[in-house]
Parts: sequence; structure tokens; C-alpha cells
Amino acid sequence: MEQTIRFTLNNKSRELKLDHERRLLWVLRTDIGLTGTKFGCGRGLCGACTVLVDEQPVRSCVYPISRARDKKVVTIEGLANNGQLHPLQKAFIEHDALQCGFCTPGMILNAYGLLRKNSQPTRQEIVQSMDRNLCRCGSYARIIKAVQTAGREMKGAK
Amino acid sequence: MLEDEYPDLDFIDIPTPSAMDRGEFLKLFGGGIFVLFTIGSPFTLKGQIGGGSRLPTDFNAFLRIGEDGKVTGFTGKIEMGQGVVTSLAQMLADELDVPLESVELIMGDTDLCPWDMGTWGSMTTRFFGPPFRNAAAEAKAVLLELAAEDLKLPISRLNVDAGVVFDKRNRKKQVTYAQLAKGKKIEKHIEQQPPVKNFSEFKLVNKPVLRRDAPEKVTGRAKFAGDIRLPGMLYARILRPPAHGAKLTSVDTSAVKDIKEAQVVRDGDLVAVLHKYPDVADKAIAKVKAKYDTPAMDVDDKTIFKHLLSAAKEEEIVASGGNLSEGRKASDSVFEEEYLNSYVAHATIETHTATAQIEEGRITVWASTQSPFGLKDEIAEELGMPSKDVRVITPYVGGGFGGKARNQQGVEAARLTKLTGKPVQVAWTRAEEFFYDSFRPAAVVKITSGITKSGKIALWDYGVYFAGDRGSEHFYDIPHHRTMAHGSGWQGGSGAHPFGTGPWRAPANNTNTFARESQMDIMASEAGMDPLEFRLKNLKNKKMRGVLEAAAKKFNWTPSKAPSGRGYGLACGTDSGTYVAHMAEVKVDKKSGKVLVKRVVCAQDMGLVINPEGAKLQVEGCITMGLGYALTEEVHFKGGEIYDRNFDTYEIPRFSWTPEIETVLIEAEDSPPQGGGEPAIVCMGGLIANAIFDATGARLYQLPMTPERIKDALQRD
Repeated sequence: MEQTIRFTLNNKSRELKLDHERRLLWVLRTDIGLTGTKFGCGRGLCGACTVLVDEQPVRSCVYPISRARDKKVVTIEGLANNGQLHPLQKAFIEHDALQCGFCTPGMILNAYGLLRKNSQPTRQEIVQSMDRNLCRCGSYARIIKAVQTAGREMKGAK
Repeated sequence: MLEDEYPDLDFIDIPTPSAMDRGEFLKLFGGGIFVLFTIGSPFTLKGQIGGGSRLPTDFNAFLRIGEDGKVTGFTGKIEMGQGVVTSLAQMLADELDVPLESVELIMGDTDLCPWDMGTWGSMTTRFFGPPFRNAAAEAKAVLLELAAEDLKLPISRLNVDAGVVFDKRNRKKQVTYAQLAKGKKIEKHIEQQPPVKNFSEFKLVNKPVLRRDAPEKVTGRAKFAGDIRLPGMLYARILRPPAHGAKLTSVDTSAVKDIKEAQVVRDGDLVAVLHKYPDVADKAIAKVKAKYDTPAMDVDDKTIFKHLLSAAKEEEIVASGGNLSEGRKASDSVFEEEYLNSYVAHATIETHTATAQIEEGRITVWASTQSPFGLKDEIAEELGMPSKDVRVITPYVGGGFGGKARNQQGVEAARLTKLTGKPVQVAWTRAEEFFYDSFRPAAVVKITSGITKSGKIALWDYGVYFAGDRGSEHFYDIPHHRTMAHGSGWQGGSGAHPFGTGPWRAPANNTNTFARESQMDIMASEAGMDPLEFRLKNLKNKKMRGVLEAAAKKFNWTPSKAPSGRGYGLACGTDSGTYVAHMAEVKVDKKSGKVLVKRVVCAQDMGLVINPEGAKLQVEGCITMGLGYALTEEVHFKGGEIYDRNFDTYEIPRFSWTPEIETVLIEAEDSPPQGGGEPAIVCMGGLIANAIFDATGARLYQLPMTPERIKDALQRD
């Protein structure tokens, strides 16, 4: 059923008239044209489509747009602040923590959710909270290091 | 560099190379200095052209120095994560003496780039690298000539730094590349190879450089084939059969009209629904009612091995020496074993995707492909169009591993844009990706080997079925040996596989190295010897000894007969001219059959390393990805029906599997650069099988080594 849905996307308010059952991923990628959020599996199994809704990582491929109503959605395009890369983005670059880069936006946003709650996670805590994000190129070891580096920088900034 | 230093290649042949007309090309880019490369050296050809292909008749343009001093390198290679976007730029910048930042690459665009066979086989650095560096050296020679004229000095007085040519005696007397290229239109062809820099002259090559594509990839700016947006573009969902071999007998698309703005396209067997939103196209395709005639096939993931053994008609000798019956006589113990591995999927996170557009009769396709020129020709052929009317552009590719050497989605997108006249995107669902993947073939290896009382290998009779022969030839010091390849290679042959198979990262070599290195450990254990000591006793190859010794040092390997209970394993192998040795420590939970790989050390000799950081990243990627085929990855099927359709049942490695990884790159700057994208994955099966044996005394003969198979082996042994 078509409904008008308002939400904040990367700090800008949006109003869309659409079928409220449609998934957030496709609304972002097609209706809005923000393609940084990736399709990987369509069933919330790989995490490539992870975005933040009210600062919490969600799997946008299974997340109905109606649930984003009046909430704050942040995608990879909205993570940098006034052209300043987020510490996670910088740390991924510094650690070469990616290869093909297709899973990277989801990895970064999922890690954001972890660091928000715990800026100094242990290796085990990172592994636990990232375990449902898949990287076929096998960059896990470097992503773990990048998340730790970013956590330290974020803590220092506070 | 000697041709002999490269192993024989066995790759898909793409028959019709084409390049844009030279005049058109130069017009497109305006002024500057161009160095064009016409293929001349048979040595270069060996890597670039598959057997039987025709050669490009015009030219291959490799680089341009623009009027702004920027250097543009053109290559038909593509970037799929392996990192050549960085290492090729390093080679170019170093040879030209310009800052890395002033180099850009145009990759995988069939209108702009020189014809290329495809990005696979760890060949970019080995075979494309040398002519690319030659072109840069030639460009530098041209620039020096121009500078000598400009500065009225002999070339011998000149030096270059960061794109500035200056007088060695007076640095203030200088001219930049940009100034030299300004207003010029110079075409140079390489006829003889100019001298390139030697090791001591490198400023960027052999230095660790971070990925140049990372800033785009961490911000979401990087474009993949599915990120192309065109005005009026429609997303297609295509009707798919329930099983390979199924024939469409009836189709009813009438219910699609319930979906607003959905458009049905039917062309022969192609039935598609198009919509401006992909998720709505999904709903619409579900409304299509179709009936299929599905042939009954009994073969499944358990019976496939027996089937393959009976389907192997042809055979060839890969290598042989001595006399097998002599070898048998000389052996005090003989071991006859059989090794199996299942079908494995590529499972890239980006599914096969293509966006196509037709304008004035010319089709442009942005595709996730490892072979843009191959796709261009496939489209031209399928659509009955002249090849010049098809352009393939390759944005970043979200993982390939051999799977994106197949381009079905690109042809589908091109057909649909031609049929509708509108831009169309075809992005496979995960289920389509699993269904149409060209799996690594299931395969069997049979080995009969023998040793003397003193632990010398006297006999080696090796036969591989359907994996392919890459990596099948042993490198040990064995007097009586024969290596046979039975059945077809990884592309499959008629009657072999119920679905498509193809190259999968280091094709054939994963299967062959698993079998060979398992057999080595079986013999070592029987001889009562430490597995490293046993290998070194039977090995003369210097590079292989070098990596084994380097790995042992890093790992701190201490000799012991297996099973020692420590859970230590080792394996070594060679691929794409590179030598690797791995050592690992694993923990096996005997109750659940689960394996935890705690630590992996890899020593790699890849000749001159262009980008040590990129090379290490590839080693780590190989090790991590290789855990999957070693432990869990296996396609379940019955006949042409594929049961695994997503990451719930098809388990690929995760964060929690990640071992501590340590990489040693052997300093071998005097040897030409070899492959880096594949070698370090070949040992993973044998490595972990040997470590499991060392931990438990149970020997695994089948990949993947699932908890069930490990429990079975524990009971048996």
C-alpha cells in the first residue's frame, strides 16, 4: 500500500510516497540513487547492505521502509563529516582492510554500531559483533585491526 | 627473462581481438605524448594470447603523457580486489620518474584499452607488467630527448625527479613533463625493448604502497556495475529453470499485469520482467507461471565421484621419468590412496551484474567481468552485431576468483536493452548466482607411491580426474614417476558434470596440492620421519627448499613424527611461477569434529615483489578464503538441481575463523616478478588435513573436511 514516509537520511529530511513494504535497500539504491549500500544476498545473511537506523546497524535488504519512519538513517555516503573521513574510514584505508571493496560499506557501518557501544573492543568482541558480515576476499584480519585503531582514535577524540 | 621460467598456461581462448582505429583513438585524447605498443615479442604473446587466437593487427596503446603532465595508463586488465590498480601504477610511475599521484589507469574499457585476454591466472604482473614498463621506459626516453632539445644539453647531463627534468650540474635549469608535452602530438612505437630500471634504481617498485582505490571504496563512491544509473533504466528479472537441463514447456505471464508498470519481454527461451524498481521486478517474476520438463538424473554430491571415474574417457601424460615397475621394486612400502574434492562455488559478494544501454545502434555494457573483450565478442555474436558496435566498460568488480570469466549476465543485459530500446540492468540474485556459477569441479586424485627404508621416495604414480593438470606435476626428487590427467580439465566435458564448471582461484592446483601434500605426510608418518625433514630429504628444488626453510623458521617448527598431538601441519606448492610453503597449528574438537585453525605461517617466493603490502594482502586473502574449501564449502545437488542457494547452507569463512596469519616474502629481487593472486591458496587443503592428522591421527581424504567427515575419520583411524 502506498504511504507517505518521512525519515532523515544522512542528516537531510526525506519524504517519499511509496509502498511501505518495500525494503530500505532498494529505496536507497533506486528511488534515492545512493548506491554505496550494496546488495549481497537478499536475506540478511551477508551484511553488505548494512546501514545505520538511529545509530544501530540494520540489514537494509530485509528492513521494510515503513520501519524507518521518523528515524535517522545513515549510509556510507553520510559517514564522513564535512569532507572529514570518519576514523573507521581512515583506519580501513591505513590498514589496507579491503580488497574488492564490495562488503566494505557494510563492514564499516556494522563496526560503527559496535564502537558506539564499546570504543575499546577486544579482538574477541570485534569477532563476535562482526561475525555475520562476510568478506569473500578474506580481509578479516585487517578489518579487526582497523576497527581497533578506529576505536582508539574515537576514544581519544572524546 | 627466460620463457622457460613460466609454467605452461591453459586458459580460455578468446578468438577475436579488436582495437579502436588508431586515428579515432588519438582524436579522443587530444594532444600529448603517446607510447604505442605493437605486439612483437613472442615471449609477451605467450601470456597474453591463448593458443590459436589471432593477434591484434593494429596497435595496443599503453600510455599517454598529457599536456598537464598527468600520465594515463591504458590496460584491458580489470580490478577485482587483487590490487593491480595500485601495482601497475607503481610500475608506471617508477619507470617514468613521476609521483604516484600523477598516474591514472583506465582499465577494462574495450573502446579505450588495448585488447586483453582477461584478468586471471595471476598474469597481470608477470605478462602485462613487462611491456607496460617498456612503454614507460620508452616514454621517458622520448621526454629526455625533448628535454635535451629544450634545455640545449646532452641527454647524459639530464636527470629526472618527480616529472621534472633537470641539469645534473644546475638543478635550476629544468623543464617539466607537462611543459614538454604541451602542444605536442607525438606517437612512438616500441620496436625494440628499451632498458628498464634495475632493482637499485627503483623508487616505488618493491616499496609497500596502500591500495589506491581505498578512498573511493570506504566512502561508497566506488562504482560497481550495479551502481550505474541511466535515465529511464529498467531492472530485469529473468525466469529461471528449476534445474540445469530443464526445458521450458509452457509459460503464462498474464498475472504480471497486476503489477503496475511491469513489462514482460519474451524472446525465445528468454522470459523477463522489467520494472523501474528491482524489488518490484522480483515480485512480478514470481507471478509468472511456468512449466518445465526436467530430465531425471540420479547423480548427486555423494555419487559424483564414481560417475566421474567412469566418465573419464581421454587421458594424457603430464610428466614422466624413470620406470614405474622399477620404482615399485625399489620401494619397501607402497601407498595407494584416493582423494576427493567436492564442487565449490566462487560466491563473490557482488553477484554477476551488468547494465546495458543502446544508443544509435551501438550497445554499451557496464559489466562485472574478468574478460571485457571476451564479453564484447560474445555480445556481438549472440546479438548478430558487428563487434565495433559493442563497448564493454568494466567498473570495479566485486570479487572474481575465476567466476567472472563467465559473462552470461552481460549478454542477457545486452539482449534486453536491444529488445526494449531502454537501458536495462541485470543483477543476479544470490540464488541465480549459485545456480549459474561455474563451480570448481568435483574431482578425484589417485596416487600410488613408494618409499625405501631410508625414507627416499622411489615411486610416484599420480592420476588426476577432472580437476585439470595445473599443479599436478610434483617437484620432488623421485626417480620413477608418472603424472596423468584423466577426463577434461576444469571447464568440464560432455557427460562429466550436471552443470557448468570453470576456473576457481588457482584452478586444479588446490585439488592437486591437497592430494600430493597429504600423500607426502602419509609417507613421512610411515617412515617415522618429521614431515619437513621428509620433504627436504626428497627435494632438490632450491626455491621450494627456500620457502620451506623460511616458513619453518618463522613458525618455529620443531621436528616430530606425526601424529604428535600438537596439531601442526605443513604443505608446499607452486602456482603461477611462485613458490609457497605453509605451516599451521589447529585445534580439533574430537566430540563435535570442529576444527579451529589458530595460526598460519606462509613463506612465498614470487620473484621481485612490486608491492609488498599488496602481496601480503593477497596471501592473507588466499589463506582466509582457502579455509572455506578446506573445511566447509561444498555444493549439494541432485542432477541439475542445486540445493545451496545462499550463505545459510553454503558456509564461507567468517571473522571467527580468522587465524593469526604471518607472511614471509622471500627477497628475490633478481628473479622476474611472478603471480601473487593465487599461489598462497593452493596449500590450504593439504595444510589443514596434515594438521588434523597431527592433532588426532585421523587422515582426511575428502575436501571439505566437515565435522561429520572428521568424526567419521576419527572413528575409522
